[in-house]
Amino acid sequence: MNMGQFTTEASNYAFRVDETFWLLVGVSTAVVLFLVALIVTFMVRYRRGSNAPRGELPELLKHEIELGWTVATLFLFLFIFWWAGAELLTASESPANALEIHVVAKQWMFRFQHPTGAREIDELHVPVQTPVRLAMTSEDVIHDLFIPALRIKKDILPDRYTYLWFTATKTGIFHLTCAEFCGTNHSSMNGRLDIIGKQDYARWTEAQPEGDDLAHQGAGLFHTVGCSGCHDSPNATIHAPDLHNIYGRLVQLNDGRTVTADEAWLRDKILLPARDIPAGYANDMPSFRGVVTEGQIIALIAYLRSLSTTPNAQGTQP
Amino acid sequence: MTDMTLPFAPIHEVAEASYLDEGHTLWSWLTTTDHKRIAILYALSITVFFFIGGAAIAVVRLELIEPNGLFLSSDAYNRLFTIHGIIMVWFFLVPSIPATMGNFLLPLMIGAHDVAFPRLNLLSWYLYVIAALFTVYVLIAGGVDTGWTFYPPFSSDYSNGHVVAAAAGVFVVGFSSIATGVNFITTTHMLRCPGMTWFRLPLFVWSIYATSIVMVLATPVLAMSLLLIVAERVFGLPVFDAARGGDPLLFQHLFWFYSHPAVYIMILPAMGVVSEVFACYARRQVFGYSFMVYALMTIAVIGFMVWGHHMFVAGQSDLANLVFSFLSFIVAVPSAIKVFNWTATLYRGQISFEAPMLYALGFLGLFTIGGLTGLFLASVPIDIHATDTYFVVAHFHFVMVGGTVSAFMAGIHYWWPKVTGRLYHEFWAQFAAITMFLGFNMTFLPQFLMGWEGMPRRYHYYPPVFQVWHVFSSAGAGILAAAYVMPLAYLGWSLVRGERAGNNPWQATGLEWQTTSPPPKHNFERQPVVTTDPYMYHEVGHPRSPDDDTPPAPQGNQ
Repeated sequence: MNMGQFTTEASNYAFRVDETFWLLVGVSTAVVLFLVALIVTFMVRYRRGSNAPRGELPELLKHEIELGWTVATLFLFLFIFWWAGAELLTASESPANALEIHVVAKQWMFRFQHPTGAREIDELHVPVQTPVRLAMTSEDVIHDLFIPALRIKKDILPDRYTYLWFTATKTGIFHLTCAEFCGTNHSSMNGRLDIIGKQDYARWTEAQPEGDDLAHQGAGLFHTVGCSGCHDSPNATIHAPDLHNIYGRLVQLNDGRTVTADEAWLRDKILLPARDIPAGYANDMPSFRGVVTEGQIIALIAYLRSLSTTPNAQGTQP
Repeated sequence: MTDMTLPFAPIHEVAEASYLDEGHTLWSWLTTTDHKRIAILYALSITVFFFIGGAAIAVVRLELIEPNGLFLSSDAYNRLFTIHGIIMVWFFLVPSIPATMGNFLLPLMIGAHDVAFPRLNLLSWYLYVIAALFTVYVLIAGGVDTGWTFYPPFSSDYSNGHVVAAAAGVFVVGFSSIATGVNFITTTHMLRCPGMTWFRLPLFVWSIYATSIVMVLATPVLAMSLLLIVAERVFGLPVFDAARGGDPLLFQHLFWFYSHPAVYIMILPAMGVVSEVFACYARRQVFGYSFMVYALMTIAVIGFMVWGHHMFVAGQSDLANLVFSFLSFIVAVPSAIKVFNWTATLYRGQISFEAPMLYALGFLGLFTIGGLTGLFLASVPIDIHATDTYFVVAHFHFVMVGGTVSAFMAGIHYWWPKVTGRLYHEFWAQFAAITMFLGFNMTFLPQFLMGWEGMPRRYHYYPPVFQVWHVFSSAGAGILAAAYVMPLAYLGWSLVRGERAGNNPWQATGLEWQTTSPPPKHNFERQPVVTTDPYMYHEVGHPRSPDDDTPPAPQGNQ
């Protein structure tokens, strides 16, 4: 293990974060040096009994200077805010064609699931120069996936999806770790990020023992769990929506609101179907809480996604 | 100059007995309603807890010398840093300056005989003691492992520590804060002596007033959020459990709605203390008095609107992150103004370097670094990388230990002759102040470095690449520990053998110095009347010296 696993700037984003960091270091150092110089000068020049002249402050120093440095400070801070805020906004939306990897965290491990169905624990293989989007949820307490080399971090919450995305630009082995205190072995909840070439990634996924990809697993579950009885059957007695093309679409609700059918919403529909009833449908779907696991929900959503022909079916973009 | 203008010189022919001689039995202390004695009760209690909390973290720092630990289990480690946080935040920092110096000095500084509600004041100390008993129970029973932040669902459904007892302790100590806050607000409004207008109040009084408002408004939210944790943990009420319709982020919003303003509860009084100290040892009026007042009040108000910057990576929307980032930059402006004003107070002064001044200068440097690194953390992309790492640990220790504890020590030394009537040993005090500054920097500067490199906080085992920084930090902590023990020795010595101080050894102008040291039970023998602004040191512009017979104009006359 070496420091490079932490400090390497393994993406362009990491590089830009460091730029902002050094800008701030520069500004802070200048401010500190200026203050120290002033304080030391005053301490020496105006030490007790020195013969430097004293007396009343000049009028100019009494009010103008105060207003001056208040305004100067305000503008400096607004500039830093603007600089950092612009950074945040350019980095917030993940590209539509990102490779989506699911992350399930639990005390005290990370489980990663690739679109091909390949699974790994505490180790994540990703292709270089490819946008990767991590859709994350927790099975127990709040965790946090922290990848220092990419300068990213996000809490992983139970019963909710949070997302991280990045485009790695350097191959190599990097550190990943849990950054939200999660109990006894919190400090052992870590692993490695292997950023490998695109072809290496393709070879690696093929070599994984998992038979079906996620969407196929989901298709199987769709029947065995019983979804298809209502959602995919011409003879169904219950009026249930057809789920082709549902993923990523705007859905009209019966209370007039419109929502995007993304992972988080579909997950809620599986577990809390009574919430957000689509317009024109009754509230007669049972909850599947306790019937399906987090991993199975991920597979079911992957299946729904495969039923979607919308080119942009990538979550945030409808 | 005649004696008539020197009200602090020959007080009166028949000096009243000091408050310390109003009873020597334990009972007389436990039933006192004298704000000065209650301040002493608080000072003793928080000192005990400071050293318990310090001992806990000393063990942690020792353990961290080795990447794989020396002697602790992970559970023991987690319990130690948790109890360190809980004790230091609620049983030391929050009451530190307000409940000791605030209690002792607020009535003296405004020319009052006591606080507005003396019995409520005593009650607040008993609430503190009850809360402390809960915490001691937690310690003896085996501890709690949630971190001082009590995040659910870990605290509500998973932790196997004594969460309920720990939360009960914090819940009760919150009421002690509220009682103190209500008392101080009322006292400042109702009991100012003739001539003590709002803009003649010493900045320490303003800082305690601002702090009290934050205490009264924010602390109930803490009580509420902890009550909900207990409700979920004990009665299974699904408030935060997402699987049953609750929301774990709700707790974080509630918790930080208190705990961010709580940072200002800890730092505002410190700002008040150093304002007094700088003025006295630079023999200069505090620069920009009215700006200082507005800055204190602005911080207190905007401080309520920045809590979301603790949740940049918690799943908050980008818009919310931007808004909280913006407000966090805004709240930093008044703090920066104060730093400039303290610096400008030194200009054209007659500066001397007694221990309180050294501590105050230490405060100025460390608070500046703490504040500037706050700007780093207010920038969302920087915070995303740095939050939950040692960078944050270093940042808030610079503010709360480098800032608040330095100011606390400055105040202890500055008002020591007032409280005890005796002088401390100047050399040892200066030595301790410098040692504390150096030890502090050695402990926490490496933490900025390793934090930015990616060392997460609350880690028992850590990657060996960070060991060198941890060793530095632990060594610094050793020096810091020595610097904290030293005052116990020389101040203890001063209590017994210290030279008599006289009434106003620093020739300070504040009203608290215009009575005997230590003061009589009812503070002043005659009703003081205030005739001037505070800090009129520069009127004369002379250095302070024992044989100088033209002392500065005091703020009031008796």
